[in-house]
This record gives sequence, structure tokens and C-alpha cells, in this order.
Amino acid sequence: MSVTVPVLHYADLERLMALQLGDEKHSRSATSTLDVIWVLYDRVLRVDPLATTDPHRDRFLLSKGHGPMAYYAVLAAKGFIDPETLPTFGRYDSRLGHHPDRKCVPGIEISSGSLGHGLGIAVGMALGLRARRSPARVFCLVGDAELEEGSNHEAIAYAGRFGLERLTCVVVDNRSSSLGWPGGIASRFALEGWSTATVDGRDHEALERAFAVDHARRPQVVVAVVEQVS
Amino acid sequence: MTLVTQSVMRERFYATAAELVDRDDRIAVVIAEIGGSALMAAKRRHPDRVINVGIREQLMVAVAGGLALAGFRPIAHSYAPFVVERPFEMLKLDLGHQDVGAILVSVGASYDSAASGRTHQSPEDVALVAALPGWRVFVPGHPDEADLLLRTAAADDDRVYLRLAEQSNAAARPIEPGRFHVERRGREATVIVVGPLLDPVLEATADLDLTVLYATTVRPFDREALRSAPLARDVILVEPYLAGTSSSEVAEALVDTPHRLLALGVSNVEHRRYGTWRDHNAAHGLDAAGIRARVLSFLAA
Repeated sequence: MSVTVPVLHYADLERLMALQLGDEKHSRSATSTLDVIWVLYDRVLRVDPLATTDPHRDRFLLSKGHGPMAYYAVLAAKGFIDPETLPTFGRYDSRLGHHPDRKCVPGIEISSGSLGHGLGIAVGMALGLRARRSPARVFCLVGDAELEEGSNHEAIAYAGRFGLERLTCVVVDNRSSSLGWPGGIASRFALEGWSTATVDGRDHEALERAFAVDHARRPQVVVAVVEQVS
Repeated sequence: MTLVTQSVMRERFYATAAELVDRDDRIAVVIAEIGGSALMAAKRRHPDRVINVGIREQLMVAVAGGLALAGFRPIAHSYAPFVVERPFEMLKLDLGHQDVGAILVSVGASYDSAASGRTHQSPEDVALVAALPGWRVFVPGHPDEADLLLRTAAADDDRVYLRLAEQSNAAARPIEPGRFHVERRGREATVIVVGPLLDPVLEATADLDLTVLYATTVRPFDREALRSAPLARDVILVEPYLAGTSSSEVAEALVDTPHRLLALGVSNVEHRRYGTWRDHNAAHGLDAAGIRARVLSFLAA
């Protein structure tokens, strides 16, 4: 049986996001993550909408489940979601909630929404994949304000000390953290032994280069700086 | 009567967990310092699957969730306040909402560490876990039962809470996971007693004509066993944790049967006392004398 996977492009994302109707969409949150998620799915992740249970697939965890419109748009562009379902966004019988649910959409790796959960799960995944000698990488996207949740810092400390080199945390930084991060976000990770990079979160080539950096025996954080929320 | 007071369940758990890690490459043990020494040898043999995250209990449960998502059968372990109460949202979301399984194994019970004060006491734990969907809750009353229940859980994929205690009955019963064991049959009332309180209940009611159902699986609650007990309008629930934790289960089981219910357990108070679990059992009326006094009062009313 042959299955046709739609091939859509970055230019299609705005239209795919516009298809998602509803009032409470965390719109600014959604757009802040758009380029990072696109670059990951378009250039980095080894994932396949026809093999969503492949044990050696890369994992992308949207810890910051808020504003999943960008995520759904990219998943639709890459064949994980039927674009025709996007207008059902947030409806009672929709598979596409205002926070994503892994049980509703094959290819979504974790159900998220409450902040501060994804990075700890990502650490567990990375430990499990390492125990299986899997080549898979684990990418976890958090927001700069999400880092206020203390649970992240349990994960940051542990992953750094134990050298989880298959783990990458992407921090989308739109300066929405109430108290900010004196010394910079990357320094918090560097103290715990992470490889760090800070790039323009809208620059696809810069993001791709950052994700390609060799960080043997260390986890990696990529701080993707985007426009400040007003 | 003989009181078995040592931490035998706990030591048995460490030995069995190490054996399970040796035998089954799906098993991973995640701890937050507690148990680190006892599991040191297993960690040397399986450094990738015996994981100590330090004093980071939220991470402990989150890591268990991630391991389960990667195909493992994780066992997470600590004192009850630290494996249930502190990371409670991780139980709800990192395990339940992800729809993955894990085995949480606690020590400390309601007040095994009574001298440590309220911070190390957790009579609420079963009520909390029972409030979440899809959990089996095991409360063994003897180390042999704890061993059987752990091995049962290890062979499955669901979410299991295994609650270990210092207090133990003198003899194990031939329990069947998921079912109440009929300890004895009588006509005057039905007693459902959970885990390590079996011996005090038997001592307290030796001369009474009661059915005694012994529960080591409390979720799901064996409603059928209660419905099948000899017809009696009086039900006495004796739980080694928050009083009334399973009252709603009794009500559901007997929804069509007029009945009275006496629910004995740990009082929902800030009990600012130290001492031992025996002192606290006495204070909460969960020693044989306290149980007998309240059962007789209830039956006479």
C-alpha cells in the first residue's frame, strides 16, 4: 500500500495556523516557537509520519504546550496531521486541543500544558535510549518563563552531571519571564555542564548550525532568542 | 502476640528489585537517594538502569515517565511523602496523562518515621493515589505478600502503588492480587481490614462472630468480595491510613443494600507527636484495644 505524505513548505505555515480557529490560542506563544519547530522538523529530526513508533526515531517534546498552533501547523505540513482537521482546533470532539495530547495525535511524543514537565520526561527518555544504545536524539522545547518552574532545574542539574549527550533543550526566549535571568539563560545550563549556544530564533541557518554542534558527553541547550512579548 | 517490627518489607523490596533488574532488561529502578546504599551493588551491575537522581523527587517521577515512554518498566522508590505527595502532579501528568505505567514503591507508611514528625508522615497517600485514574494500589501486610505483589506488578505495564510498612502481620496469607482474602466467616458484621492491621483486628475481634476480609489490593477495590460476604448490615472498614479512604468503595459495593459503616483509620488531624508507629496506632485507636472498643460500641449502637 502506498501512502502519500503531503509536502508543504514554510510559506504554508501561516495559512495552516490561520485554519486553527478559536479564542484562547496563546497566539504570541505559538508564533514564538514557529521557526524553531520548523527547522527541527524540516532539517534535523529523524522522524517519519508513517513510522511514529519506530524505537530509534528522534523525539521532539513540546514541554511548553501553550500555543500549539505552530506545532500543529508544522505537523500538518510534515504529514502527521491532516490539514483539514486544523479548523477543529479546541472543539469538544477535536484531536487538537489548546494543549497537545499524545494519545490523540500519533507523532506527538508527550501530552503537555502544565509547565515544567517536559524536560524531566526528556531526561528519562534520554536515559532509556542510552541504556538501549539507541542513536536517537531527544529535543525538548521550553519557554524562558517556563524555566521559572523549579522542576526544570532538577532536570538541568542531573542531565549536565550525567552527560546526556543525546539530549538537547531548546529555550525559546521571548523575555516573558517575570524576573528575567541575570547572567543569561545559557549560563544557568553552562554551570551544570551543558554545551550552550544562543542564536537568533528566527534564523533558520543559525538554528540548524546550532543543532549540528558536536557536544560529546554533554547535553546541549540552544537558546533561541525571538521578539520580546509586549 | 508476636509483633514483627523490623523493616523486613523494605529490605525484601531492595533484594527483589535488584533481582528483577538482573533478570528483566525492561526493569529500571529510579531513586532519589533513599535506598541508594541498599541498591549500590545492583547499580554497579546495571548503571544504566539503576538511577539515583539525587534529592529530586519531581525528577524521579518524571524520569520514570520518560523511561516508560522509552519502553521500560520503571520502579520509583522513596518515602511515601516524597514519592506521592511532593511529586503528585508528576504522578498525574508524567505517568497518568502520558498513559504510561510505573511502579511506585513507598516506605514509611502513615507514620513509621513517627519520631521524624509530620514531614515524614503520610497517612494521605492512598487517598491521593486513589483519586487518580488507572492506579492499582497494593498494601501488603507481610514481607512475603510484598514480594508477591512487587513481582506481579513488575510483570505488567500499568500504574501501581506499592505501600510498604514496618508493621507486619506474623504470618503471610495466600493472597491473590486484586482479590480480598477471606480470613474467616461470621454472621454479625463484615470487617474489611487492610494490610498490616490484620493481626490487631483478629486480636480485637477473636470472640466476635464476624466475617473478616483481608485486603492487600485496595484499588481496584474487590467489591464483589464484599457483596458475596455473608449478609450483614454492619460493615467495619479498618485502614492503616486516612480513615474513610475506601468508604466510597463500600458505598458503591453496597449501593442496593441498606447498611451501616464504621470506618477506622488515621484521623485527619495535625497530630503533633513523635514516638513510634505503635504510639500513633494507639493514639488513632488502631491498636487491638482501640479497635475492639470502637467495634463493640458500633455493634451495640
